Amino acid sequence: MMPGNVLHIENVVMQFGGVVAVNNLNLDINEGEIVTLIGPNGAGKTTAFNVVTGVYAPTNGSVSFCGRKIVENYPKGKMKKLYKGEHIGEYTNTMEPTPDVITKMGIARTFQNIRLFKNLSVFENVLISKHLNRHSNIFTAAFKINSKEEKKNREDVLKLLEILDLADVKDEMATALPYGQQRKLEIARALATEPKLLLLDEPAAGMNPQETLELTEFIRKIKDDFNLTVFMIEHHMDLVMGISDRIYVLDFGKLIAEGTPQEVQNNPKVIEAYLGVSDDAEN
Amino acid sequence: MKKSTKAICSLAAIAVLAAVIFYAGTLPTTSMFRTTFQMASIYALLAVSMNMLNGVTGQFSLGQAGFMTLGAYTYAILTIPVAARPNVYYLYGVAPWLENLILPIPVALIISGLVAALFAALIGAPVLRLKSDYFAIATLGFAEVVRIVVASSWLNTITNGSLGLNNIPSFKSYYSTFGVVIICIAIMGLIKNSTYGRSFKAIRDDEIAAEAMGINLAKTKLLSFVISSFFAGIGGALLAMYLKAVSATTFTLATATYYILLMVVIGGMGSISGSIIASFLVIFSKEWWLRFLDSPAYIGSFQVPLLRSGFRMVIFSIVLMVVVLFFRKGIMGDKEITWDGIHRLFTAKKKKREVSDDAR
Repeated sequence: MMPGNVLHIENVVMQFGGVVAVNNLNLDINEGEIVTLIGPNGAGKTTAFNVVTGVYAPTNGSVSFCGRKIVENYPKGKMKKLYKGEHIGEYTNTMEPTPDVITKMGIARTFQNIRLFKNLSVFENVLISKHLNRHSNIFTAAFKINSKEEKKNREDVLKLLEILDLADVKDEMATALPYGQQRKLEIARALATEPKLLLLDEPAAGMNPQETLELTEFIRKIKDDFNLTVFMIEHHMDLVMGISDRIYVLDFGKLIAEGTPQEVQNNPKVIEAYLGVSDDAEN
Repeated sequence: MKKSTKAICSLAAIAVLAAVIFYAGTLPTTSMFRTTFQMASIYALLAVSMNMLNGVTGQFSLGQAGFMTLGAYTYAILTIPVAARPNVYYLYGVAPWLENLILPIPVALIISGLVAALFAALIGAPVLRLKSDYFAIATLGFAEVVRIVVASSWLNTITNGSLGLNNIPSFKSYYSTFGVVIICIAIMGLIKNSTYGRSFKAIRDDEIAAEAMGINLAKTKLLSFVISSFFAGIGGALLAMYLKAVSATTFTLATATYYILLMVVIGGMGSISGSIIASFLVIFSKEWWLRFLDSPAYIGSFQVPLLRSGFRMVIFSIVLMVVVLFFRKGIMGDKEITWDGIHRLFTAKKKKREVSDDAR
């Protein structure tokens, strides 16, 4: 592992029963990079995200964050017999932190299908993320002994909303916002947890070309403003090719290519995975 | 609305509330209003405590009766006067360590809350892993277990078995109950508006997102469960105080949990002020205004059909069904009463009137 390595995924296998969703994934992300994971539907991209964020414990393999191992697992119980992957016996520890612990370490994420807190205002949606780094306990919070902290959190959130152009809708219900702004709000909420690594799961899903263009600029801007490393799943190739430093391509759970946008674009395996190989081509 | 106007309004509201409570206190003890008002205020506390878990945190629990029983029994065991104990435990006798154990009322109240909270903490860890219906069934099961254990023969010398406990002392002053209720509800209101309250609401709206934003699901749910149970225990103790006697069948699913659930649903899931309004409505209707449904009535010599003992409950069931089917948000939804809200209510009406005036 190089210094400056932010995320290091090592030999991760995620198997559900007999189905191998992610097979032997190896991936590295360095500080300040924007790395995109692409692949056809059902390739296992979101599953990979869920392994990194602690939603699933991998069947085998490990994940390190900033040089520190955060997730590790090996096949146990029934899975011992069912396991179809490689690297058996290399991993002997069990580290399965819950998603909130991983968020606290500095990995924040957004969701493919928007998951905002529906009955809360925009402001409260973002303010929730400040619960993470609180110093108050239930008594000091209830009796407002923590008012300094609370005030600071509120100011921070307001500042964040201003940077992201959401300040004028801060009292609206989260679900009352137009689609594009809901996406933005999800990112705002993730940023409020003060992450080092931001995971974006299809941020441009359902956006038109104009909105996608704006989003590209937006992601660049927050990356610089908040000193982030970005790991993203995306289908919009305009966005992917325009913004990514490196791209990983996943197909049927396996990594089939990696490299700069140009390299990946010209990789025959990638073209095959996306377009299929015509019969003529083989002749 | 200006801050000062709000403060004046709040002061006025507090004055009115105090006046009503003092008015109730001056009435003769046989007065319907006096007793019903006190009972309703205790139910308001119980409804708000249930709302903390069911409405604010979105964990649908049916265990309220269990925690109320725990609170009520703890309070009764710790406060029945030593002189009265031989009479109360005339059949089985008192456990020797209990014979001279007596605590002042406020201390006993807090301990009864703590006992309920302790049990919540113990069962919470496994039970809160369950989702929606399964969680409701598990908590329901817990309430039944409490009821049966409390009445079981091996606790005879402590809980007096199925005979129950009586001679339960209450506050000397009529007003003290209101004091306790107001303090408890105020604390829950403060919690709801704190950062912890927000984390509860986040869990209600989307567990997966809440967890991804760094909220520890297990701990936060447990916290809400314990808080809710603590106040349910105190509410149970206050109710034991009010009834002066308690037995294992005092608080059952039908007589306690469902009534309180009815208040929570009518008032609006997640709204403290809604729960308070609804509990006063429900208790006043049940205990007073709808009494006539239970006794046969005659118009001339014609007996009105259906009016007989128990018909009141039929009406209540119908009300619950109608509310759940057509007014799922209840009176308040998940909003609270605020001066701004009231102000808006009036100004909005005025504006409409002005518009319609212009149209003419």
